[in-house]
Amino acid sequence: MAQQKEAWGSRIGLILAMAGNAVGLGNFLRFPVQAIQNGGGAFIIPYIVCFLLMGIPLLWVEWASGRFGGIRGHHSTPFILDSMDKRKFWKYIGVFGIFTNLAVAAYYCYLESWTLSWAWHTVTRTFAGQSQDQVAGFFGDYVGLNSAEPIIFWIICLLLNTWILSKGLSGGVEKVAKIGMPLLIVFGIFLAVMAVSLKAGEHGAINGGEVGLNFLWTPDFSTIWNPKVWLAAAGQIFFTLSVGMGSIQCYASYVRKKDDIALNAMSAGWMNEFVEVVLGAAIIIPISVGYLGVDRVIEMTKSGGLGLGFKTLPFLFEQWGTVLAIICGVFWFGLLFFAGITSSLAMGTPWMGFMTDEFGWSRQKGAWSFGAIVLILGLPTVLFFNQGVFDEYDYWAGTVSLVVFALAEIILFAWVFGMKRGMNEINAGGDIKVPNYFGFIIKWVTPILLLGVFLGALITPVGNDWLGAFQNGWHLDNGSIIKQITNSGLKEQIAAAQTAGDQTLADTLMEKKLYINGSRLLLLAVFGGVAYLVFIAYRKRIKEGRFV
Amino acid sequence: MSSIALFMMISTVSVVTIVTGYFFWKVLKTPPREEPDSFSENDEEKR
Repeated sequence: MAQQKEAWGSRIGLILAMAGNAVGLGNFLRFPVQAIQNGGGAFIIPYIVCFLLMGIPLLWVEWASGRFGGIRGHHSTPFILDSMDKRKFWKYIGVFGIFTNLAVAAYYCYLESWTLSWAWHTVTRTFAGQSQDQVAGFFGDYVGLNSAEPIIFWIICLLLNTWILSKGLSGGVEKVAKIGMPLLIVFGIFLAVMAVSLKAGEHGAINGGEVGLNFLWTPDFSTIWNPKVWLAAAGQIFFTLSVGMGSIQCYASYVRKKDDIALNAMSAGWMNEFVEVVLGAAIIIPISVGYLGVDRVIEMTKSGGLGLGFKTLPFLFEQWGTVLAIICGVFWFGLLFFAGITSSLAMGTPWMGFMTDEFGWSRQKGAWSFGAIVLILGLPTVLFFNQGVFDEYDYWAGTVSLVVFALAEIILFAWVFGMKRGMNEINAGGDIKVPNYFGFIIKWVTPILLLGVFLGALITPVGNDWLGAFQNGWHLDNGSIIKQITNSGLKEQIAAAQTAGDQTLADTLMEKKLYINGSRLLLLAVFGGVAYLVFIAYRKRIKEGRFV
Repeated sequence: MSSIALFMMISTVSVVTIVTGYFFWKVLKTPPREEPDSFSENDEEKR
């Protein structure tokens, strides 16, 4: 066996790596859009409530589970979960904690590579003198693979991730977090100051920065009792903290029992909130509203924040003159890159931990095999982006799997492992004492909230109109999990195209359906493959007499 | 900016910044544990 012993270099490094794992592109692109779509300033109330009742408890549960497993020599969720109960099926639930990371990394690294490419194009002045439509067209050409450039940047990004992972936790992941997180915050503060100090009439802006802030923060309290807003808030908290992935457990598995996790989890979790609420809310919306106006931004954010971040902001930065356009562009895409890479590195560690623990692989072998898997699994998302493969991965691996796994792990922790033992685990070595009432929250409130998020996604009513569904009967939205499985929305589009006599469109949509079903089969195969490896590892443990 | 928007923004940003700062400060001021601990950077000086 050629195992190198992994360890964190310092406590600050661990916290920054954990915070970096949580901070992602969604902090800057998803949160502000969710806020303006769900009651503006009023959104922050359910958001903070969900953070306190679901986010923080899940962080403690994952840190505690990870450390509990790590002490017993397990550094990935299959055998971390297995060590918490004698029933044998938990290790197969733990497969989610490896599968999700592989599948999410497959498309996330591609997204991450865009930030590198856009930073490069900012410096080489590609966007200089271009109209907004031309900048948006650049995005379309890019993902349409009109040149080999997207693949080159993607490969560079993959190699970078793999190389850093091969340097280990303290020598690679932690070093990147120690450089990346402070830089991300400095870049974010600079851009937030630029956005907030925007003045109407200067550099072609039609509104001052305060107009965008007013738009974002004006509360619509009538939305506060709408289940849609609470589900959106719970979903945002869930995804922003990177819970339900298995990466937090993996990072925490390298912490000893006598060292703190309670305060570390709070510090890392709140750092993520600072980046999201303070910085994330102060950049993209004020700048966009400053140049495009409120109505246009409402229209543009209907399809999410990605368009504003990549199609619009580079054009708006150009209005500030060459020097500021380069500085702000590099800062913006640099910030997104650091947010991305600190998350994608976390996705590599559960696989590496599993292969090292179970098959004695070296760190280098684990890292390069992770890179190879992400390359193979990610290729369809790059080649068939416009056919919906990227979105399919994001939906099943990056959304549904997280909720399912988090629900399972909190049931295991609170109901099977037991809350008394659970609270002891959370508080062991703690620099703060977690209040006892959190035991009640973890046992009852968090699982109910998680169940609500899952059911909300499973049976989403038409138009996400929950109040209407309760009053007028339940009709499932095509975005609900049940309708997604049956490709209901796509089938409707195909039928509509055929009725309209547009056979070309119908053929294109049928081809898209084929790609979507193919990508689902691929994801299922990956899950099955990891489950099979867990089975082999289990047999190997019995044979070697080292089973817990 | 309307008063209510300003209130929401300032109160939220203040609370999040203060709590984040408080926990980070608490981490920084807490003395390290006796060796062996979870962290490798202080291993040499302890020996």
